[in-house]
Amino acid sequence: MGESYPSLRIDQHPILDFGDRKTLAFTFDGQPMTGLEGDTIASALHAAGVKVLGSHFKTGRPRGYYCAIGNCSSCLMIVDGKANVRTCTEPLRAGMVVETQEGRGYPDVL
Amino acid sequence: MFYEPDLAVIGGGPAGLMAALTAAKAGASVLLLERDRHLGGQLVKQTHKFFGSEKQHASVRGIEIASLLESQLKDLSERAEIWTEATAIGLYEDGVLTVEHQGVYKRIKPARLVVATGASEKYLSFPNNDLPGIYGAGAVQTMMNVHGVKPGQRVLMIGAGNIGLIVSYQLLQAGVQVAAIVEGLPVIGGYIVHASKIRRAGVPILTSHTILRADGRQSVESAVIARVDSSWNPIPGTEETIPCDVICIAVGLSPLAELLWQAGCEMRYVRELGGHVPVRNERLETTVPGLYIAGDLTGIEEASAAMVEGHLAGLEAAASLGYKTESYEAERQDCMEQLRSLRAGPAGQKIRQGLSRTAALPVSRPEVDHAV
Repeated sequence: MGESYPSLRIDQHPILDFGDRKTLAFTFDGQPMTGLEGDTIASALHAAGVKVLGSHFKTGRPRGYYCAIGNCSSCLMIVDGKANVRTCTEPLRAGMVVETQEGRGYPDVL
Repeated sequence: MFYEPDLAVIGGGPAGLMAALTAAKAGASVLLLERDRHLGGQLVKQTHKFFGSEKQHASVRGIEIASLLESQLKDLSERAEIWTEATAIGLYEDGVLTVEHQGVYKRIKPARLVVATGASEKYLSFPNNDLPGIYGAGAVQTMMNVHGVKPGQRVLMIGAGNIGLIVSYQLLQAGVQVAAIVEGLPVIGGYIVHASKIRRAGVPILTSHTILRADGRQSVESAVIARVDSSWNPIPGTEETIPCDVICIAVGLSPLAELLWQAGCEMRYVRELGGHVPVRNERLETTVPGLYIAGDLTGIEEASAAMVEGHLAGLEAAASLGYKTESYEAERQDCMEQLRSLRAGPAGQKIRQGLSRTAALPVSRPEVDHAV
């Protein structure tokens, strides 16, 4: 992951200019990663090649984002110890601790 | 404690922004609520130039329209208050609206309300449709045009309506390969000008085709498509495997009407408008007095129509409180004329048919058309 994965960042675009964006360091399941200012957690992970954000609470099947605007709850993860964060709309901040969410996110919830 | 503005507007997209702007200009105090951190709704990811007429900002890009409307509204800050990160969570029979605003629970009792909550993306049933790498068309647009991230290397697009066509073109602009566009209908639903651009770029548009399944271990690696007959049944022997790491679903939108159900508005299922929509009068007022609607929530259309509806709803809501400017009648007529012209011709036939079924019925009778 990270260095070896082909980057999904758009570096040239006929209409949009994303400018120089500050690099933000965070961790994903304990691994150091970087995203850019203006990213959501999900967009930073996606740019780094991470598509699986969690697993279904009953079937265990892998989950990725689907709507990217906070409607569908497919992108829930544990962020700074808090479960069920909608990572597709939550802005990335430096130092965030992001973890894959299993089940419903808390051991005491069935 | 209640907040008591003349008008509360739920949703800061094209419809809500226009409603808030129009009512504030007329003299009403307005509170605009937006769930996201920024205003503009889905305009912020629309890099293409708009159609329609100059009044609907034709030939201006959606992203530019969003900042234009936002700055106009901020110029009226003495009357228009904007709350971002404000999610409307309840709308009650006594007219109380409850909101979670940046983590704080608040209650609002507006004299009038415009609901402009927009729509959500429809889904499609096929085996493995939950694999990561299968994204809504709007999601792909957001990732690319707002965050600057490609959804993958090679995309299979499902749906040749305007959204499927526009997003395919935007994928090409971002340097992503589009393997094909698959469309179940025998014809392309979107504008031919969009379809031609895509075909010129070498992307096949496969009408009378459907997706049979997605395959992959942790995420999408390929898709199987097939030709369908006139009854939508896949024709055996026409299956084809398309290698791709993204499947983009552009099969339409449904109005986001939960708040209206809760408020007790009379709702009706109208297939042509994308699902359950509120019954309304010519002033865009629902069967709950004082509750107005605008935008995709009234029936799925383009952002141009949403802006005109927002203008009309804001104008009518303000006028009903006595904020009636000299230009009221002229503006009202102009809005109606713009809507007529946006919905004219063969492209607007479906919308016109759908809208003819949204007026209140003279005598109540049981519904015969049910959701499928």
